[in-house]
Amino acid sequence: MQLVLHVWRQAGPNVKGAFATHRVAANPHMSFLEMLDSLNEELAANDEEPVAFEHDCREGICGSCGIVINGVPHGPTRGTATCQLHMRKFRDGDEIWIEPWRAAAFPVIKDLVVDRSPLDAIVQAGGYITARTGSAPDANAIPIPKDDAELAMDAAACIGCGACVAACPNASAMLFTAAKASHLGLLPQGQPERDERALKMVSMMDAAGFGGCTNHGECEIACPKEISVEFIARLNRDLFKASVMAVE
Amino acid sequence: MTLESRVPSGPIQEKWDRQRFELKLVNPANKRKYEIIVVGSGLAGASAAASLAELGYRVKCFCFQDSPRRAHSIAAQGGINAAKNYQNDGDSIWRLFYDTVKGGDYRSREANVYRLAQISLNIIDQCVAQGVPFAREYGGQLANRSFGGAQVSRTFYARGQTGQQLLLGAYQALARQIGLGAVTMFPRTEMLDVVVVDGHARGIVVRDLVSGAISSHGAHAIVLATGGYSNAYFLSTNAKGCNVTATWRAHRRGALFANPCFTQIHPTCIPASGDYQSKLTLMSESLRNDGRIWVPTATEEQRSADAISEGERDYYLERLYPSFGNLTPRDIASRRAKEAVDSGRGVGELKNGVYLDFRDAIQRLGADVIGERYGNLFDMYERITGENPYDVPMRIFPAPHYTMGGLWVDYNLMSSVPGLYVIGEANFSDHGANRLGASALMQGLADGYFILPYTIGDYLTRIGSAPVTANAQAFGAIEEDVAQRTKKLLAVEGKRTVDSFHRELGRIMWDECGMSRTKEGLARALQAIPALRDEFWSDVRVTGRGENLNQTLEKAGRVADFFEFAELMCVDALHRDESCGGHFREEYQTDEGEALRNDDDFAYVAAWNFTGVGEQPELLKEPLAFEHVPLSQRSYK
Repeated sequence: MQLVLHVWRQAGPNVKGAFATHRVAANPHMSFLEMLDSLNEELAANDEEPVAFEHDCREGICGSCGIVINGVPHGPTRGTATCQLHMRKFRDGDEIWIEPWRAAAFPVIKDLVVDRSPLDAIVQAGGYITARTGSAPDANAIPIPKDDAELAMDAAACIGCGACVAACPNASAMLFTAAKASHLGLLPQGQPERDERALKMVSMMDAAGFGGCTNHGECEIACPKEISVEFIARLNRDLFKASVMAVE
Repeated sequence: MTLESRVPSGPIQEKWDRQRFELKLVNPANKRKYEIIVVGSGLAGASAAASLAELGYRVKCFCFQDSPRRAHSIAAQGGINAAKNYQNDGDSIWRLFYDTVKGGDYRSREANVYRLAQISLNIIDQCVAQGVPFAREYGGQLANRSFGGAQVSRTFYARGQTGQQLLLGAYQALARQIGLGAVTMFPRTEMLDVVVVDGHARGIVVRDLVSGAISSHGAHAIVLATGGYSNAYFLSTNAKGCNVTATWRAHRRGALFANPCFTQIHPTCIPASGDYQSKLTLMSESLRNDGRIWVPTATEEQRSADAISEGERDYYLERLYPSFGNLTPRDIASRRAKEAVDSGRGVGELKNGVYLDFRDAIQRLGADVIGERYGNLFDMYERITGENPYDVPMRIFPAPHYTMGGLWVDYNLMSSVPGLYVIGEANFSDHGANRLGASALMQGLADGYFILPYTIGDYLTRIGSAPVTANAQAFGAIEEDVAQRTKKLLAVEGKRTVDSFHRELGRIMWDECGMSRTKEGLARALQAIPALRDEFWSDVRVTGRGENLNQTLEKAGRVADFFEFAELMCVDALHRDESCGGHFREEYQTDEGEALRNDDDFAYVAAWNFTGVGEQPELLKEPLAFEHVPLSQRSYK
């Protein structure tokens, strides 16, 4: 299949970027990233600098990859990270627009690579259960109802790719934050820090330059793990309760 | 140099207790005077960095990814073993120990494996306390499954994402310490060399992958948790970034490399679909519980699977191994699949796979039950291949997956360079010549949470807490080395791309040092690799500059190290005149085609000392004694 690619090229964070157009031949069995690999091999052979893009596991689990494809984070297939998208989802002759995540909190480093470290900062602010190594009771000491464990796992499936931020008109990281807060807040082990966690994570989300959530729901549609916006409602409840209960 | 394993004396059950008592402790008030560097942030690295910081040490943690959460441990699907015996089915520490030594085909250190089995209990407790959402029964207790042919159900799992959930647990513990200021995190930073001063590891030289700046960091001890080297084959189930650079650079500075030829090929991966293939995807081994593996009896079969009658199908594992059938261990299942494809009976467009067929299981149990068990795997398969495994059999083929070999470490996980510790897949320690399913996660976390934090203190008390500065002359010289190597890669300005060299190297390794090896083939590889390496250094094209984000340059540096390391793998495979576990030498097999060990001559760890690129390395042997698990031939008939 023959494709026309319009790829965002930007040499660095403070340099103006622009789309560059390339024609490539692709095989329908290729993954989207393999199609970009073959473009890069061609560019390198012509002594042009390859397109920088982030990727690692190529199995849809590490969360490294993330490209806006024809305006949609991770492209046209629901519940699929860019690395798991295959070219059979496109047609011969298609034009494809390829861009980085666009969000104030995610400055472009180069081409399609952005800095997502603010997501780490949100976890560092409180996205954990304090459990010093060695201090744990027997694993079966606290039974957890299967349904709670399953729901916690639904939230924990987040791969931290940032597609939710890229999809949100406000560039909010609320789905990311809610997924982590809900995963931990649904488990008995997560109760002692539940209020504080909600407050600290959301306050860091604001401080890191993410927008607020105004319930557009675009995040859920873009999420490669199809994490539900219901977790945002859950976090908002926790946040409300924690704000009311706060001593200060 | 002599190898001292430092295994404590006494009964095997008491060795670890005894060692923990005998190791010196660092006074709590003094811990903050010590700096420790951890390279890598996977299960081993993140758990070690978090635990060391909790103890009060000052920790610096480095990873090449943009976030520590992306380390490749995240991709492990199946589960983690622990001898909890929650199922009351007769499991015990002793049984897990026994299974692991036997499964490793008697090439691991008994004392290490016993300790691993003991610690497996604490790991599950720790992970649950952190909020890892393991699968549960309706009563709220933890669920287990049997995995990889084990006769007891000792595997804990979180859907098909166990590695992800365990890593996020460790990552969150690490994030907490970063937030508290106890760990300084350096993401997008690649370690390119180790600094050894007066025989002790005293720091590392790194490259900031965004700015290209090369700098040094000094510390009282260095911990490498940098994973395995399956990407020597180019195509493997490892993430694209996985590499041998950190361990290879340490090897060049004096750390012995043990058993590099012990590599594991995983039997259930999706076959390559074309020359552009960038990596291979593993499908969980649990699929073999219900899928039946077969190829057509006729070579050059053109018909689709459903047109091939029962009599024209060869269910070769069931035929050859009536009692284990499709659940034979990984090495056997892999080798038999290769045989089937090599005999011209491969399936799929490229004739490069075997069928894994769920037709009978769907008939017996219904599509719903199969969907419940394997739904997410079937979806993944369909996304990648465009074929629906409910209707047509899956196609699978083995792929490099895990490397049992690694830097040699003693019982305290210290390499042959004092002050340099190696944990997780990066060391050689616990899996012998073959790793059992669901044991990699267990080992990574055992090393990071529960072994290294105790053993490292003993070393620290002995060297004292005087500050280590990165300004010593040794640091400057090594920084200069690293800078020169980077410049040299950019200066070749040849015609071939980095990937084209890596693919060619991978092809040589797969053909000659893959799941089946011969003396002649290895000799061929030892001719071909140096020749290709010379071509690499005279004809590689590394585009761009060194002073900014340059992914081609990163790749080129890693491939350059694979070129040196690949030769060591072949030297090791050639010297080991026996077959054991993942190392199958065609010359050494039983009449029935099974691996034939030579315990009289090869019951040892082969630890190699670097003597120069292209030079024959020096071999040191650590003899292995089997006092508790009697040597026997594995039999899965």
